[in-house]
Amino acid sequence: MTQLSYRAAFGLIVKRDLMIAFRHRDDIINPLLFFVIVVTLFPLGIGPESTTLARIAPGIIWVAALLATLLSLDRLFKSDHADGSLEQMLLSPQPIFILVLAKIVAHWLLTGLPLILIAPLLAVLLHLNEHSYGALMLTLLLGTPVLSLLGAIGVALTVGIKKGGVLLSLLVLPLYIPVLIFATSAIDTAAMNLPYNGQLAIIAAIFFASLTLAPFAVSAALKVSTN
Amino acid sequence: MLFEALNIEIFAGDIVQVEGPNGAGKTSLLRILSGLSQPYDGKVYFQDNSINQHREAFHQDLLYLGHLPGVKDEMTAQENLEFNLALHGLNSDTAEQTLAEVNLLGFEDALAAHLSAGQHRRISLARLWQSQAKVWILDEPFTAIDKLGVEKLTQLFLQHTDNGGCVILTTHQDLSLPAERVKKITLAYRFY
Amino acid sequence: MMWKWLHPYANPEISYHFAGKILPWCARLAFVFLAIGLTWALLFAPADYQQGDTFRIFYLHVPAAMLSMGIYLGMAIAALSSLVWQLRLADATAAAMAPIGATFTFIALITGAAWGKPMWGTWWIWDARLTSELILLFLYLGVIALHNAFEDKNLAGKAAGILALVGVINLPIIKYSVEWWNTLHQGATVSKLGQPSMTADMFWPFVVCFIGFAFFVTALICLRFRSEILNRNSMRPWVRELVATEEKVHAV
Repeated sequence: MTQLSYRAAFGLIVKRDLMIAFRHRDDIINPLLFFVIVVTLFPLGIGPESTTLARIAPGIIWVAALLATLLSLDRLFKSDHADGSLEQMLLSPQPIFILVLAKIVAHWLLTGLPLILIAPLLAVLLHLNEHSYGALMLTLLLGTPVLSLLGAIGVALTVGIKKGGVLLSLLVLPLYIPVLIFATSAIDTAAMNLPYNGQLAIIAAIFFASLTLAPFAVSAALKVSTN
Repeated sequence: MLFEALNIEIFAGDIVQVEGPNGAGKTSLLRILSGLSQPYDGKVYFQDNSINQHREAFHQDLLYLGHLPGVKDEMTAQENLEFNLALHGLNSDTAEQTLAEVNLLGFEDALAAHLSAGQHRRISLARLWQSQAKVWILDEPFTAIDKLGVEKLTQLFLQHTDNGGCVILTTHQDLSLPAERVKKITLAYRFY
Repeated sequence: MMWKWLHPYANPEISYHFAGKILPWCARLAFVFLAIGLTWALLFAPADYQQGDTFRIFYLHVPAAMLSMGIYLGMAIAALSSLVWQLRLADATAAAMAPIGATFTFIALITGAAWGKPMWGTWWIWDARLTSELILLFLYLGVIALHNAFEDKNLAGKAAGILALVGVINLPIIKYSVEWWNTLHQGATVSKLGQPSMTADMFWPFVVCFIGFAFFVTALICLRFRSEILNRNSMRPWVRELVATEEKVHAV
């Protein structure tokens, strides 16, 4: 028996998760629809005045992105746990770190990436300052992977619990606060036509830190959840 | 707390049947042996190494099938098997022939969602025919399998143990094997 | 070497009795220190020249805030030793600490709001320290909720421990981001809920109060630690014996 190379094991899982998602497209589309609808609610609740909307647009888009990611997190391990595939993955000779990372990457490709693609459209609806578009895209690009990585810890901890949905949001949302703060501040700074490298650098640092640490936490949590 | 002071040694060539009434901890024991569950106290060793410290080496030589078949509804029978084989580092090119062994010929391209529980079971069992793992831990492998299938599996167990492997299983059925080939561990149900 | 020394305390029965022994001492010390400290702080320490007597809530607020962070750190250390060195009882310690920490965080929030009312004229402003305390409360509540969600308390301890560790890594980042956010959005009119410039006659009563609260927390942790152990070992013979003797004592 040969052990797969890390890259092959990683590719195997990503390919499988993408295939499953594409055969179950609602799982990709529904969080996106949720994202769009939540953003639409704000002008209706606050009023259509463009200066007000422009002022709060970064916050709205980012909070809606947090919530949409949260909704989609279930997909990460829930069904694999329910049908026993998760057990089989944990018992395979591949390093759990690689398996977990592959699943998170697949999750980001299916939620984070579409969110980034659709965000400029919503920014138009909210009259986002024209200088802010670059910052919006960059913060989403660096920030949404963090949402997937930190979210994975929460799902891994709650996957064995029957009604884990609400609990998951309680665990995960506080962890999202730093990303929210720095991302929205970067977009605000960009609106004033000032450099926002500082905020981006911090989000990048958070991204790399969670990229290296989160898979370990997820592996440990999965071992507890499948116990 | 289901069992205390349990000390088992399992050798190559052994077929071990774990017996006991429901709730006696058969599944728990198998999950502990496979490393899925941590025992409250005590350790599991494989070839003199603790399985916690040498996880990947142990999993190279382990095939565990639990109650859940680990079959995805969104994938076809063949895709499921191919994934399972590849994940465990096995050649997945012959998946189609292997499906024939478990009587699933003609269902290769059917989505698992359209197949029955017994067929799911057989997709996960198909891995046994390709497996090069020494240790097989099987929790109720005969559930939803017909008589002919049980006979075939039993033959496979004999072949596996003759080749220096070992099988640890639970089953409610009597194994149609010569008594001297089967070791039994009986777990009693205790009220504390 | 160290493990040999620690070994007997890995036994639940011995730890149970050990915690039982130090509990009354911590309680007594807490009582003495708090009695002295609070009397000194509330009656004899000088009032702040700007804030007057309102400032005296500081003797409750700051120890509570410091302990709320400290308990979280302690919880994470306990969780780490349980995960890395498989010290099973460390789980019970972490589980014992979480509700106490949450309570102290809550106290810090309430006293902070009460202090803010005369200072700012409103119960709540998004002051950096208060906001961090609020988020810390969320982190505590998450740990407690996760612990409650598991039926098996051994698993509950492990899961909550992982969350506590993730939380403790995030805590400095959250604190930093909140402070940063606060300076960014702070209007010039709002003064921070800062420590008043402390003189020695304000500092010493504060230290005594803090030590008193710390002993109080230790006593509470011992108490909850004991009940955690009983909970997890309720089927063990030594617990049943304990219950039997207790019942005999009460019957007489």
